[in-house]
Amino acid sequence: MSMEIIGQQMVNGITLGGLYALIALGYTLVYGILLLINFAHSEMFMTGAYVGYFTLIGLSKIDFFTSSNVGLLLLYVLAFLAGMIVTGLLGMLTERFAYRPLRNAPRLAPLISAIGVSLFLQNAALLWISSRSIPFPILFEIRQDDIAGVNVSSMQILIVGTTILLLLVLDTFVSKTRVGKAMRAVSQDREAAGLMGVNINYIIALTFFIGPALGGAAGIFSGMYYGSIKYNMGFIPGIKSFTAAVIGGIGNLRGAMLGGFTLGMIEALAAGFISTGYKDVIAFAILILVLVFKPGGLLGESVVEKV
Amino acid sequence: MGGSKMELRTELDTGKWTTKRIVSYVLLALVVVGLPIYFQSVGNMFMVRIAGVIGIYVLLSLGLNIVVGYAGLLDLGYVAFYGMGAYAGVLFGFVVQDWLRSLSFLGDKADGFTFWLMLPVAALAGAITGLALGTPVLRLRGDYLAIVTLGFGEIVRIFLTNYSKLTGGAAGLPRVGESIPAAAGQQWAIDTFSMGDFVFTKNLFWYYLIVLLCLFAVFVIRRLDDSRLGRSWVAMREDEVAAASVGISITKTKLWAFSLGAMWGGIAGVTYAYWIGFISPESFNFMESVLICCMIVLGGMGSIRGAVLGAVIIAGLPEIIRWLATLDIFSGFITPEQASLLGDYRFLIFGGLMVVMMALRPQGILPSKRRARELHPIDESIKEHEDQQIWEAEHNTNTPNHDL
Repeated sequence: MSMEIIGQQMVNGITLGGLYALIALGYTLVYGILLLINFAHSEMFMTGAYVGYFTLIGLSKIDFFTSSNVGLLLLYVLAFLAGMIVTGLLGMLTERFAYRPLRNAPRLAPLISAIGVSLFLQNAALLWISSRSIPFPILFEIRQDDIAGVNVSSMQILIVGTTILLLLVLDTFVSKTRVGKAMRAVSQDREAAGLMGVNINYIIALTFFIGPALGGAAGIFSGMYYGSIKYNMGFIPGIKSFTAAVIGGIGNLRGAMLGGFTLGMIEALAAGFISTGYKDVIAFAILILVLVFKPGGLLGESVVEKV
Repeated sequence: MGGSKMELRTELDTGKWTTKRIVSYVLLALVVVGLPIYFQSVGNMFMVRIAGVIGIYVLLSLGLNIVVGYAGLLDLGYVAFYGMGAYAGVLFGFVVQDWLRSLSFLGDKADGFTFWLMLPVAALAGAITGLALGTPVLRLRGDYLAIVTLGFGEIVRIFLTNYSKLTGGAAGLPRVGESIPAAAGQQWAIDTFSMGDFVFTKNLFWYYLIVLLCLFAVFVIRRLDDSRLGRSWVAMREDEVAAASVGISITKTKLWAFSLGAMWGGIAGVTYAYWIGFISPESFNFMESVLICCMIVLGGMGSIRGAVLGAVIIAGLPEIIRWLATLDIFSGFITPEQASLLGDYRFLIFGGLMVVMMALRPQGILPSKRRARELHPIDESIKEHEDQQIWEAEHNTNTPNHDL
């Protein structure tokens, strides 16, 4: 295998890794605070893609948005905002009705509830929108650049650039602001944080806004990158992003980012070296190996079993 | 809580044969045995097939109930065992078929024995796969376990799809030029039970075979429930550390749960494969695992009746309602169009139902009493009392320190 192909796969891997990192953040944020795997998160990813799609289709009928480059940029910014906000609200709704009533129930209960939400949303999209894959509108020209023999598209730069920007914003938000501090407090000890005057329900609701909103953005990116969206598009990226969160150490924000890029890279290289048919197997195998041998992940603390 | 102990005991007993009990069993038997014959005689072949499919799901849900309901290990990759049973049964079946044909004394009946030989083989294949999954995940619990089993299920499906030299890939089995042999007894049953206009079909034969397998499963699982192993499962489910401290081997108990649960998946798989005569990896996707899990949740975790009821509701209710809608007596309630719309919305409804169930009735429709208490303290005062006890134990304020 030549260096060019390896380089090419690494570029693809970084792009893929950006998407995984964005989705993984949603898993990690929720897990950090509620110790719950939000199974419905993969459907948030799907919802984001669909909302983005409908916003683009709807607004592109207005000439202002399609006539100039500025309009076009505005169009995509609006699509992202719409996708993120709607998905975020959906996340909050899910938390309010599916998870909050179960906050003190055994851990199996919210997990099953989450699977139910996932089943519900997936079938809602299937029944009310379409059972087929829909082409995602790309209204601008994608430039292909040749950098040292490696083909890099403007789409890839856009995805990776925006992803890194979003990651930095989130990281600053959580580590520097007052609300971010409250989030960290709730994730460390919910009750103690409540006693210190943190509004726990507000913080949890906010977490369920931010995580899904990032997932929704990833959904739109995925639509733009692969050119199509489908009602079950969230399942595989969902599991893989969870894997990414686990690799980095679940509950750890920087870990999720690191895990996302690591997994994207491993997967792209594996697809190049071994076989594309088995690339999913590799991701799942990594998940199992990490959970069995190093459940704390790369940056996480080792999990101590509570009696 | 001395009183509740007594209640638990009576719940575990098989119970007395009261008139009510006998009547309900007779009615149930009449429906299970008679309804498919009725469907066949009115020419509703579709419902006969649905009855068989429901039977397969009953087997699967009974099997998964061992893992999820009794042992409390949420397994989201249960189709892996179903698939392994089907593929192992068919692929090894081809080999065995050749061997059987070489035995001259069997004559032209040779092929028919393949299924019957493969039934235990598939059970074993399921159980071994269960062990293969169970061993590495022994230390994992709850949601981590769920996600690893999910990954395992997907790995099996991807291998079945991609390793096409052996499995025929996405096109499935049998490949061109091969066929899955019919089971011995099928032709005999068709010849014997067809009377006049009534044709005893292949689907009816398989339906009754599946019913027998389900009865066998119920018998075995019931015995397990009352056994030492069954009690270990419950103890482990409720508190792993406490169970280990009274001498229960967690490793053994978990591995038994995985392999005994998976065994029924294997049996269901091979039965499905030889009945339908065709398998492909798509029949064993993640959605199936979720549905089987949904059956147990809906019916009642840890309860045999619950698992059966859940399977009937999820695998068959939309079709049953569609059929009822065509009958004259129900014509006022629901139109066939509405019923078929209901069928389209089934997964949406099941998804919503899972959420509602967890909030309102986490123990399911027909729960085992033991499980219900664990998931849903009936009396708030009991929960408060327990919380108080836990608090006291944790803070150790008034009680003397028992640490050595």
